[in-house]
Amino acid sequence: MKPSFLKATLAIVQKDLAAEFRSRELLTAMLTFSVLVILIFNFALDLNIDVRQKVTAGVLWTTFAFAGTLGLNRSMAVEKDRGCMDGLLLAPVDRSAIFFGKAISNLAFMLIVEAIVLPLYAFFYNEFRIFQLEFIAVLLLGSIGYIAVGTLLSAMAVQTRTREILLPILLFPIVVPVLIASVLASGAIIIGAEFSEIRAPLNLLIVYDVIFIAVSFMFFDFIVEE
Amino acid sequence: MIEVTKLIKRFGLKTILRGLDFQVQPGEFVALLGPNGAGKTTFLRILASLSKPSLGNVKVAGYSLPNQSAQVRAKLGVVSHLPLLYPDLTAEENLQFYARMYGIPNSQARITQVLQLIGLENRRKDLVRTFSRGMSQRLAIGRAILHEPEVILFDEPYTGLDQDASVMLDDVLRTVASHGRTVVMTSHDLIRAEALATRFDVLSRGVITASINKSDLKNNNVLDFYKQALEN
Repeated sequence: MKPSFLKATLAIVQKDLAAEFRSRELLTAMLTFSVLVILIFNFALDLNIDVRQKVTAGVLWTTFAFAGTLGLNRSMAVEKDRGCMDGLLLAPVDRSAIFFGKAISNLAFMLIVEAIVLPLYAFFYNEFRIFQLEFIAVLLLGSIGYIAVGTLLSAMAVQTRTREILLPILLFPIVVPVLIASVLASGAIIIGAEFSEIRAPLNLLIVYDVIFIAVSFMFFDFIVEE
Repeated sequence: MIEVTKLIKRFGLKTILRGLDFQVQPGEFVALLGPNGAGKTTFLRILASLSKPSLGNVKVAGYSLPNQSAQVRAKLGVVSHLPLLYPDLTAEENLQFYARMYGIPNSQARITQVLQLIGLENRRKDLVRTFSRGMSQRLAIGRAILHEPEVILFDEPYTGLDQDASVMLDDVLRTVASHGRTVVMTSHDLIRAEALATRFDVLSRGVITASINKSDLKNNNVLDFYKQALEN
């Protein structure tokens, strides 16, 4: 008896979503943090329309990056604290299925937070160009890259006593290319730039996503093993 | 069923297991005794494919570790002092999840069967976070036997249980072992180990220092055997 890669991945995703929709611990923390950051930026930066256009992408990505670390830490801590990670590792499945299962659930949580935060941001900052399809596409690509690396590193950080501190220290230097490319591409979309201007950061995002999904796929087994 | 020869496990400069040899025949119930820090948990984690040996050969259910770890995991059930269960899922949802991870066909019938065996059928729809430590441990055993493993490893299953819960766990362990499964259990509770096991091995300073069948125990006293094994 051995489940297929896809079935094992889906089982983990469904388990994570079911547990989270019942406890709402992870989403509540991420959402509260994100709303607070947006409110603080709104009051701290007394913005005129021109400046608002320029800072929108930066404010949003700062918010999502920090909220994301909260979610990544919590998601892996749930597995570690009651020994459930051992339960997953004991199953006769390819261990990269565990990585993909956890990464897809983390991405789902991040996208849910983004879907709630974007309308709030639009309301507070009177900035409705963030609902353009291109902007959403950049948000999705950036989130995929961030979560691929974040899931891998959170599996590493959760094994230490200082996991809350260690994850951002490990994660942010590695996701700098994603954050820079995402901010550049999103910012250009908001000011209505030509496609040629966002092509370079968009390409970087796609390449980064492919490389780090492949790297995580290869190294997850090493990271979770003693 | 389990064959371990010259097993060495190092963590950095520290050597935990020092050329350990260990064999278990099919259907045996071995109690692995030893003081804290002797390497019992490390040894069980290697048998469970959760940790790699530094040197030596390990075979479980005919498969070598670490190369055939997926095959070993399919034949193995593990219960540790942590329940390996999700508190925000019900007992049934937890078992359904693990049934999917083990690719168990007709899982609903098997889950009902297991819940009856561990005496939790009337709590199947309750969240695990509402369970007592004893109930969680029984459900953990249900999780471990769900896929009908040939070998079961129990790592200190009585940790944190009160007297009533321990007695109830005795019954569950006896039932689990009576199905012809091979069992290896680490425990500090010599009385319980004596009641359940068919063989007693003492692990001390990273090697098996003594081994005896239950039928060869003098006056059925495992405590004397254990003390003597540690003194040697």
